[in-house]
Amino acid sequence: MNRKEPLIRLAKRDDLGTMNAWIIRIVSIFAALILFAGLIVSVGYNPVSVYVAMIGGALGSPLNIQQTIKIMIPLLGASLAIAPAFKMKFWNIGVEGQITVGGICATYFALTFQNSWPSGVLLPVMCLAAAIGGGLWGMLPAVFRAKWGTNETLFTLMLNYIAIGVVKYLQGGPWEKVPKGTQMIERFAQTARMPNVWGVTAGGFIVLALVIFMYCYLRFTKQGYQIAVVGESEATARYAGINVGRVIVRTMFVSGAIAGLVGFIVVSGINYTLSDSVAGGVGFTGITVAWLAQLNPIGMVFISMLLAVLTKGASTINTLTHNALPESMSDMLTGLILFCMLASEFFIRYRMIFRTRQKEAAK
Amino acid sequence: MEKETAIRLEGITKRFGDVVANRSVSLEVYRGEILSLLGENGSGKTTLMNMISGIYFPDQGHIFVGEKEVLIRSPKDAIDLGIGMIHQHFKLVDVLTAAENIVLGLREKGKFDKKAVAARVQAISEKYGFSIDPQKKVYDMSVSEKQTVEIIKVLYRGADILILDEPTAVLTPQETEKLFAVLRAMRDDGKAIIIITHKLQEVLELSDRVSVLRKGEYIGTVSTAEATAQSLTDMMVGQATVLNIERPEPVNPQKRLSVAGLTVVDGNGVRKLSNVSFDVYGGEILGIAGISGCGQKELLESIAGLQNVQTGSIIYHTDEGSEELVGKSAMAIREKGIRLSFVPEDRLGMGLVANMDMAGNMMLRSFKRGRFGLSDRKSPEVLAEQVKDDLEVVTPSIQTPVRRMSGGNVQKVLVGREIAAEPKILMTAYAVRGLDINTSYTIYHLLNQQKEKGVAVIYVGEDLDVLLELCDRILVLCGGQVSGILNGRSATREQVGLMMTKVGGAS
Repeated sequence: MNRKEPLIRLAKRDDLGTMNAWIIRIVSIFAALILFAGLIVSVGYNPVSVYVAMIGGALGSPLNIQQTIKIMIPLLGASLAIAPAFKMKFWNIGVEGQITVGGICATYFALTFQNSWPSGVLLPVMCLAAAIGGGLWGMLPAVFRAKWGTNETLFTLMLNYIAIGVVKYLQGGPWEKVPKGTQMIERFAQTARMPNVWGVTAGGFIVLALVIFMYCYLRFTKQGYQIAVVGESEATARYAGINVGRVIVRTMFVSGAIAGLVGFIVVSGINYTLSDSVAGGVGFTGITVAWLAQLNPIGMVFISMLLAVLTKGASTINTLTHNALPESMSDMLTGLILFCMLASEFFIRYRMIFRTRQKEAAK
Repeated sequence: MEKETAIRLEGITKRFGDVVANRSVSLEVYRGEILSLLGENGSGKTTLMNMISGIYFPDQGHIFVGEKEVLIRSPKDAIDLGIGMIHQHFKLVDVLTAAENIVLGLREKGKFDKKAVAARVQAISEKYGFSIDPQKKVYDMSVSEKQTVEIIKVLYRGADILILDEPTAVLTPQETEKLFAVLRAMRDDGKAIIIITHKLQEVLELSDRVSVLRKGEYIGTVSTAEATAQSLTDMMVGQATVLNIERPEPVNPQKRLSVAGLTVVDGNGVRKLSNVSFDVYGGEILGIAGISGCGQKELLESIAGLQNVQTGSIIYHTDEGSEELVGKSAMAIREKGIRLSFVPEDRLGMGLVANMDMAGNMMLRSFKRGRFGLSDRKSPEVLAEQVKDDLEVVTPSIQTPVRRMSGGNVQKVLVGREIAAEPKILMTAYAVRGLDINTSYTIYHLLNQQKEKGVAVIYVGEDLDVLLELCDRILVLCGGQVSGILNGRSATREQVGLMMTKVGGAS
């Protein structure tokens, strides 16, 4: 026989079951850690001690834990904002901008009323303004998509830069603190700051409440059901009498409003001011979190914690190794983990069949 | 004359996960014959042919072309061996001409010589009796012309083993006759032809031998001359089945729906329905016949409130009064209490949500129920269990996503849900397409039950024999117009076929 059977063939797997699928995913995280260990060795460090130091840096002391959680809060919030939109297969990559707009709205009330209103009034108003502002910003591309079928990916992405541009204008112009020239907005007065609980902003509780809200919203409500149907098939949704355009617009309002809330938490609970890096990339990293958690809000808690630990741990290592291992290595590790987890989806769906015929023939 | 083997399969097995699509199938085709591969849906016919044409690779077994064992690893290998497959869904580029499609992907030296290609296409056409204009663009072609291009495409590549996957599913009776003439000409030229089908009439008319598959297993091969519709059915189904469809007389028919002057123009300005008028009565089955794409979809969707209607009216009658449906959305129609059920053509893409389980799919009709914005998740589960038991849906549990069920069970879920809504009007589009014989009969039986309950049933179908056996009246559509309405008990195939191609039918 002159032709050979293909070396490897792929075949669809039978259903693995949720448990086994998650075991494969967790194994893939370890695979990423092992791959990354190779990189650490190549620059002359002991991977085990580096990993131990990373975990120590992220979780070793109450202060470290507080800082890790500070990283985790906006990240988790952003991924929760993404969840309903992505469930609907509406690719909202504008969470970054929606967070920023939420921050702008909250900051407007903080700067205007921080000396005249008590905290008990000001904070709820800031919170509401941020949610509405972020929601409307998110609705904008949804309206265009529902009415004229525009591409939401580009639209939401471009809106990010507009929102950030607006902040740049504000911090160099009308809202710049005196003396002028710093390109910075003044820090909020105490009345506009959210209180801390156990050294971490009370905004953490808002995000935890959002986790439960989003879990129930997607799972048990009529609106959550409509989102799922629209995401699976718009034709089915129309057939079932669902007003597809309205669901898209409403869902994007919810998505944007949650992002707006995150903006409020960041300006009022973490930074105590507004800057053009208010979102700091969580709108994009949040996509990774949401995706890795398979859009499950409970899963997002764990994934965002994992990424926060990596980020915080990497900055510790950077100090310990005197810059031999740069801080950006957490990004590399995150990238490797993402890569491995995505690869694991392939192994969850398919199995490989190796060439067997040659052996049969030899027998 | 000694028969010469064209292709021979030995012990071919193919698994997809747990499912064995083909279990140790052996088959032999000779040059100069037409072999029908007969089997119900899901019996593994297409999988088997896909292995010959290089799309799948068998898990076990051997394939011989002529006397030599071969390994077919890709469609290219298959073409090199002279095997050509004409798929059920055409694989043509719409904006290219027939000739361009035919040479597409060929690696011939030199530049694209339109004249030479056209001449060769012409030669092939004349040899077997095709008629085709090589310079015609595919988007201007009818379904039958597209099929012709597909066939010439494989002949141009030198195929002498041709596989056709349900070639007549989309053709009118007249076009089918033409195709059969061409296939006979190719057979007489010494080519081996395999046709996949489950229409018994065609098998008996066309083929020399019939091989039957059942549930992935090879049952046997008989010579067509010795076979009858009943004997083939028994081989296919595995037991003697009654082939007659019951048709009870309509009892006390009452006007339920009147459509008048209905005109629909789509987004591109194409007129899909023009001035369609007819009435539907409770207690009858109204069949709708027509070539695919001549307005059936738009008609049903207009009634269901899913289609923008330019002019015309659709009036729903009850004892209490009448209601205009034009201008109402699907939700508005439902909220008015109009009991309209619709089994659409695209089951998983429109009637159901493929990734949801049975309960989730039952909710499509009832998700608006429930308090505090929460949807009622309990009653859909009860309904899902009920549908599962009543219609004998085969599924591991009601939590299994419907996409993992077989086609017949998917349709049972959809029909079960629509009937459970206790409709006054039940519309079905291609309700038995792709279903095996037993499930088809289950569906006919369910429709008859609804009819006896006084429901007005609209049955859009493609199999004329079924339409003629099942329906009380048959409305024939042609290019968006009503070509005529016939009495189902007295109409003939030829009558309906003519009316499908020409308004009014008279030539």
